[in-house]
Amino acid sequence: MTRKQVLTTLLGLVLIAAMALVPMYVKKDSTINLIVMVLLYVSLASSWNILGGFAGQVNLGHAAFFGLGTLVTRSLWLSGWPLWAAMLAGGIVPVLLGLLIGIPAFKLRGAYFSIGTLALGQVLYVIVGNRWPLITSLPVKYLGSYSLAPRYYLFLGVALVTVGAAYILMRSRFGLGLAAIREEEDAAESLGVSARRHKILALSLSAFFAGLTGGAFAFYHVGYYPQFPFGPVWSFDAVTIAFIGGTGTIIGPIVGGIFYVVLKELLALRLVEIHLTVFGILFVLIVLFLPGGLVEAWQKVRDAFARRPGRPKVGRPLPQGEN
Amino acid sequence: MLAPTIQSLVFGILIGGLFGLAAVGLSLVFGVTKFLNVSHGELLMLGGYTSFWLFTLYRVDPFVGLPLAILALVVLGVVLYKLIFTRMVKLSDETKIKNTMLVGFGLGLVLQNVALRLWTADDRGITTSYSSHVIQAFGVRFPVVRLISFAIAVVVLLALQLFLKRTYTGKAIRATVQDWEAATLLGIDIHKVYLLSFVMGAGLAGLAGGLVAVGYSIKPDMGLEWTLISLIVMVLGGLGSFVGTFVAGLVVGIAQSLTSLWLGGAYREMVALLLFLLVLVLRPQGLFGVKEG
Repeated sequence: MTRKQVLTTLLGLVLIAAMALVPMYVKKDSTINLIVMVLLYVSLASSWNILGGFAGQVNLGHAAFFGLGTLVTRSLWLSGWPLWAAMLAGGIVPVLLGLLIGIPAFKLRGAYFSIGTLALGQVLYVIVGNRWPLITSLPVKYLGSYSLAPRYYLFLGVALVTVGAAYILMRSRFGLGLAAIREEEDAAESLGVSARRHKILALSLSAFFAGLTGGAFAFYHVGYYPQFPFGPVWSFDAVTIAFIGGTGTIIGPIVGGIFYVVLKELLALRLVEIHLTVFGILFVLIVLFLPGGLVEAWQKVRDAFARRPGRPKVGRPLPQGEN
Repeated sequence: MLAPTIQSLVFGILIGGLFGLAAVGLSLVFGVTKFLNVSHGELLMLGGYTSFWLFTLYRVDPFVGLPLAILALVVLGVVLYKLIFTRMVKLSDETKIKNTMLVGFGLGLVLQNVALRLWTADDRGITTSYSSHVIQAFGVRFPVVRLISFAIAVVVLLALQLFLKRTYTGKAIRATVQDWEAATLLGIDIHKVYLLSFVMGAGLAGLAGGLVAVGYSIKPDMGLEWTLISLIVMVLGGLGSFVGTFVAGLVVGIAQSLTSLWLGGAYREMVALLLFLLVLVLRPQGLFGVKEG
């Protein structure tokens, strides 16, 4: 390992340790809830990124996977399953549904997959709203023992597992295959990379981690309408956060998640309508002018300094996640 | 048992005509520019609210107001094109589809939320003095406004077809669809063609929205559903065939209407998705499309 890698690893470990200690030092529930939101969005955007960023396949209905994770986990957990088993099921069911769209759609190129996921998101949103119109609340026996710390740790765990999996994935041969498909599908195929198999596997992982995040949501919330996590806003949030941070990178969804939650709070735009308008415009601007997100912006700044006269010119880093 | 089936068949055809109209607008834009504008449904929604506003504020008859709804969307179309979409003209086809889709997704949300502020989340509709008129024939009811809307959709699509086949501009558009490079060599200004088709797509969405507001109802979050229907109808019909797209609109309309009757309204949404998946598996070029090379 180079010195830089050692430093990065150390920094990561220190950060994780600090995150693990948060419930012991932070006594204000509202602060913990805020960090929970960051962790949720980081997991959600990272899971979207596995397919959307690494493989370049745009999923416009990620809420379907997230929502299904909440629905399955919540019902199984409340019916007496142990939480881990309920969450595992909540991760697997979205995968099956994803395959239903992915297997036929990935036979073809173009927008078919995006259209399919958009449709899936909308269909589930409507069906769940009709089938389960009533609010789901925790029964009294759970309410009495409700405490925030285990919820926090669950979200931290899900975020670590999702980001960790994305990291391992990106560094693997499989991850390189995905990047090759994203950049030039014909060339990738000609080198023996099966685009369809890669996309389907990436979709499965993406759906699994979105479902897992949904599971944590189901464990965390006291009461919500079952339809709520299926709302198109969640799909939009996942895509937006990945793009704000930088698609196709590990750090992107993390930076994006923090930025998203902090900006939302800072501006005190608590009304859903206003924050969506602001983020909608921001998202459009990023796709148009800064497709690599904050990560790209940072690289540009660094490059500008590296190219100052009198200093040796440093090779431009490979563009990551450019569309 | 037969009468309700025929009745819902008729309702399915009537709404299907509007599905076809909406999808043709989307398909025109996509065919020419390779912009997959997933905010098409939101443009349609705004067309509906334009009609609604004209009617409630100024008592303009919804059918008389249609040209104004089209005009409003044409103007918005020009603005959106000049401000946003023109920046994506030079991208490669694959990137263009992807980026326009993403931009459309964000734009749709913005438009939806603007509409929510302006008109609240309530369902709105236009109720004229003749809204409840119904023609009875063979034991089937034909609501007059929906009948007129259907007829307008058919006439406009025929006119569009004629325009594309007979006029110079129409031929320039079709030439650009076939091969934009060759079209450029022949002196066609493809930037103008792009702008024109994008704006025509927006205008068609405005028209469709105006018709939906008269015969049915509108609300700010209707956009996604209409985008989806249009996308699926477009894929079902196959690219490059407006007749095919229109027929596919009717198919989806009928399929939805019959499932509502037999299985209940809750599963109506699923039909379009199932049709879409079936087409992907069985006939990816669509029902009427030409297989791409």
